[in-house]
Amino acid sequence: MKKIKLILYFPPEKTDKPFTYHLVKDYDVIFNILQAEVQPGKRGRLTIELVGSQENIQRALEFTREYGVEYRPFNKNIVRNQGECVDCGACTAVCPSGALYMNTETWKLNFDEEKCLVCELCIRACPVKAIDINMFE
Amino acid sequence: MGKTFEEINEKIRNGTVVVATAEEIIDIVEEKGIKEAARQVDVVTTATFGPMCSSGAFLNFGHSDPPIRMCKIWLNDVPAYGGLAAVDTYIGATELSETKGMEYGGAHVIQDLVDGKKVRLVAKSYGTDCYPRLEIDTYITLEDLNQAYLFNPRNVYQNYSAATNTSNKIMDTYMGTLLPQCGNVTYSTSGELSPLLNDPELRTIGIGTRIFLAGAQGYVAWEGTQFVLNKEKIDEDTTMYSGATLAVIGNLKEMNSRYLRASSFNRYGTTMFVGIGIPIPVLDEEMMEFLAVSNKDLYTNVVDYSVPSRSRPTLRKVSYQELRSGSIELNGKKVQTAPLSSLRRAREIANLLKESIQKGEFLLQQPVQPLPKDRTFNPLKDMVVK
Repeated sequence: MKKIKLILYFPPEKTDKPFTYHLVKDYDVIFNILQAEVQPGKRGRLTIELVGSQENIQRALEFTREYGVEYRPFNKNIVRNQGECVDCGACTAVCPSGALYMNTETWKLNFDEEKCLVCELCIRACPVKAIDINMFE
Repeated sequence: MGKTFEEINEKIRNGTVVVATAEEIIDIVEEKGIKEAARQVDVVTTATFGPMCSSGAFLNFGHSDPPIRMCKIWLNDVPAYGGLAAVDTYIGATELSETKGMEYGGAHVIQDLVDGKKVRLVAKSYGTDCYPRLEIDTYITLEDLNQAYLFNPRNVYQNYSAATNTSNKIMDTYMGTLLPQCGNVTYSTSGELSPLLNDPELRTIGIGTRIFLAGAQGYVAWEGTQFVLNKEKIDEDTTMYSGATLAVIGNLKEMNSRYLRASSFNRYGTTMFVGIGIPIPVLDEEMMEFLAVSNKDLYTNVVDYSVPSRSRPTLRKVSYQELRSGSIELNGKKVQTAPLSSLRRAREIANLLKESIQKGEFLLQQPVQPLPKDRTFNPLKDMVVK
């Protein structure tokens, strides 16, 4: 099984078609929507996580392109500088997915990258600038 | 049965002192009872590590040749006060850089000095017969300064209201980012470990009290600004204390930036996390009753920061136990809570203080004068001045 994160860009005329239905039904991939910006008549943007066999993911991506939906790998993640972090907890106030959370025994800040939506709210909430965004190829 | 400061100091000197942190004492009292715990334990250490805006440092640069009476002063582009003697200044934590804005402020200058970094000093003068020089542009380090002492006019808030936002807009405040429609609640306290919640009547803390201040041994210099003693009954057994604050002083040259950290709150500005530890002597059983307090009995108000008024409405009262649980109920809705002061680092300070007392390196200082009981908190009158 393979897991990838993608950002999909839907042209305005495609936002009302059941694209995701085909993705799941025809290619047997599990997907999880991390962020969605879809409005009728406008270009849509969907950040998803795809889980499936290497082959099914490959075929699903081919289908996506043929369907007219552009995509690119989701190439950002949140990085925490543990040396700078003072474990205050200010970032946990804004984290929508619970990826940043306090251990309620030690009151150390924990970060579960799997849950992170890369919404970047924590970056502005961190008072000691210990959180950064990492872009990679 | 009672103990005096001097008796406890004698035990510190001869290595027989028994010290517990304000968290540990809760279990000790639970197990042994007030009377026995008060007999066995001599000192309880308390601590806090949170953002405290009313912080800053006095610096003396020494004289250049020819000498200058510095009137306008900048440290790494952050304005410092020029209204003292020729080469004295005060740099405040919340003063912002004229070039970097909210990213860098007085707090960062202080931290850079503590970290041993070179800081650029620019000063201008109108020139006098005795101080002819008109400007200087040079670098300083903490080591070069004759005196450098932190003097924070208001730190160690006894109890601070928790914050939420009932409006439809996200708010950036000194209480962190407050999400719309009560999307979160933030609070800033070390609760049951907090100094002034463990000595709420200020029986042992006053002018002259020796404290842990950002790694150095500092002192309580005065009542903090806006000092007032508020008491409110929650129920038969529970009192909500708030309003006491301390002005503290200590040698910047002995401080450690692990316990003195510059910070910047988005769209608010810069401030400083200050680490403070205060030892509380267990003078008698009454003192132990105060020290045994736990988060379930400590309350604060949840206030609505979206109301642009001096007196923001209180939505409810809440215990620190509930705030620490990760969520509280607000208007029938479960709302996530988040701390702003680091309990982890406060614990580290309480333990460091405990160890230095056990090792005989930190003696208690009895206040030379108690803090006032009769202060009121006056508002600023808005008069129309033409």
